Amino acid sequence: MANLVESARGATWLAALTPRGEALPGYPASVRVVDGELGGEPARFIAVVPDPDNRFPRARQGEVGLVEGWALARAVRECMAADAAGVIRRPIVAVIDVTSQAYGRREEAYGIHQALAGAAAAYADARLAGHPVIGLIVGKAMSGALLAHGYQANRLIALDDPQVMVHAMGKAAAARVTLRSVEQLEALAETIPPMAYDIRSFASLGILWRLLPVARPDQPGDDDLARVNDCLLAALADIRRDATPDLAGRLGQPARQLSTQVRERLRASWEAQG
Amino acid sequence: MNVAELIARESFTELGARERARALLDAGTMRELIGPFDRLASPWLARQGVVTQADDGVVVARGRIDGESAVVLAIEGAFQGGSMGEVGGAKIAGALELAAEDNRRGIPTRAVILFETGGVRLQEANLGLAAIAEIHAAIVDLRRYQPVVGISAGPVGCFGGMSIAAALCSYLIVTREARVGLNGPQVIEQEAGIDEYDSRDRPFIWSMTGGEQRWHSRLVDAYLDDSVAAMAAQLRAFMGQGVPARHRSDRHEAFLASLARVDTTEQARPDVVRAIYQEGL
Repeated sequence: MANLVESARGATWLAALTPRGEALPGYPASVRVVDGELGGEPARFIAVVPDPDNRFPRARQGEVGLVEGWALARAVRECMAADAAGVIRRPIVAVIDVTSQAYGRREEAYGIHQALAGAAAAYADARLAGHPVIGLIVGKAMSGALLAHGYQANRLIALDDPQVMVHAMGKAAAARVTLRSVEQLEALAETIPPMAYDIRSFASLGILWRLLPVARPDQPGDDDLARVNDCLLAALADIRRDATPDLAGRLGQPARQLSTQVRERLRASWEAQG
Repeated sequence: MNVAELIARESFTELGARERARALLDAGTMRELIGPFDRLASPWLARQGVVTQADDGVVVARGRIDGESAVVLAIEGAFQGGSMGEVGGAKIAGALELAAEDNRRGIPTRAVILFETGGVRLQEANLGLAAIAEIHAAIVDLRRYQPVVGISAGPVGCFGGMSIAAALCSYLIVTREARVGLNGPQVIEQEAGIDEYDSRDRPFIWSMTGGEQRWHSRLVDAYLDDSVAAMAAQLRAFMGQGVPARHRSDRHEAFLASLARVDTTEQARPDVVRAIYQEGL
């Protein structure tokens, strides 16, 4: 079985980025929501963290499960509601270290797909409403968990570190589904960048806004923290220069040229000719 | 449905993606964009020695529904399990983006998505996942203006990141043959063990994620016989209702309250799920 080692990176980076903040009460222990500051202005920071006492046994190691999905939705939508009457749209920072979605019978039975949709919709609506949304990947960013927590962000930043990875499925399960061995899968990943598990291969696809080197990703020092803070501020400024709050910034790299080409062809033939 | 009706009715699930799209659009209005003759297949599959398909398993069909501008995005479940790669994913995301753009300039284009998909195509892994995130973004954008109607008719069903897309739709239609769930049975068994989820026990799997169970658990909006006429009529009824006052994906309070009432010390049972959601949603 995969993912037996719990990661503390999400909680560590969340705490480091919000030195004066405390987790808001009323949320499950697995979803930490902190109202902190980014460059002197209020910002909401959200992380999913391991909770060994989680009521749902398949969501105890930092997975995004049923309650986590809906609690993320709540954390984002409450922030939107609080700002709706004013002119300021607070930035939202998703601190991402999510080992996977929760795999279990309870999860399927109660519609975990709907819970993750709740979270994805909330982040997307926040972005469309003008909240700058930044995803900071400090550890694993796997599959459905990333779709729920971070993939709707205006900008994605990842730490440049071997423990940081983005992928659609764990190796063992991916091998089983594609009728390959793990060794074959790893060999293919050497030449097919979208199949690779490491963050540098992922960065080559052009989906990340920045790949950020840090010295101590598990115990960030002052230098690391300053570098990440600067990068978050730069992302914030960059988002505010956007004409539209969409995800178009992820397109344009050679590795994804077909994603652009398909859109161009659709546009060219969208209206009937003659 | 009696025997005479059964013989007379035209099956929807037996149709391929292209025919399904045609059957849903107003008669004679379908125009396919980036069709098979454009030969935009997956370069990633080809590089791995996997047979490609000239439309990459996604049909983009422009046309009209009740006379209004529409686009139907039909996934072909028979090709690679309806999996989402770069090209097929970009077709869906790109078309939804253009539909939203239409709405911003006063053309009320609406969209229908036919979900027959296992989710990310693992041979294109991260490009599939990225495309699915863009599909999510585009659905949430478009559904502010017009209903986005999802249909999962079977036999493949709807899994992975695309089940999240289905759950973002304004309205979701299923048949008894459909299944809608995040994780495929094989993957759950791999990750959690056979006691948690037996991927070979088909009645068990349908009892958890099948269309009928989802309907009685209020996780879908219509549960239909496998009939082209029923599908086309329900689609038009939902389009006529317009954008729902609140999308299911936005009801976090009701879902959190329902989940708080689940006894998680015991394993989930279909009848309990129905009871909890019938009361809470």
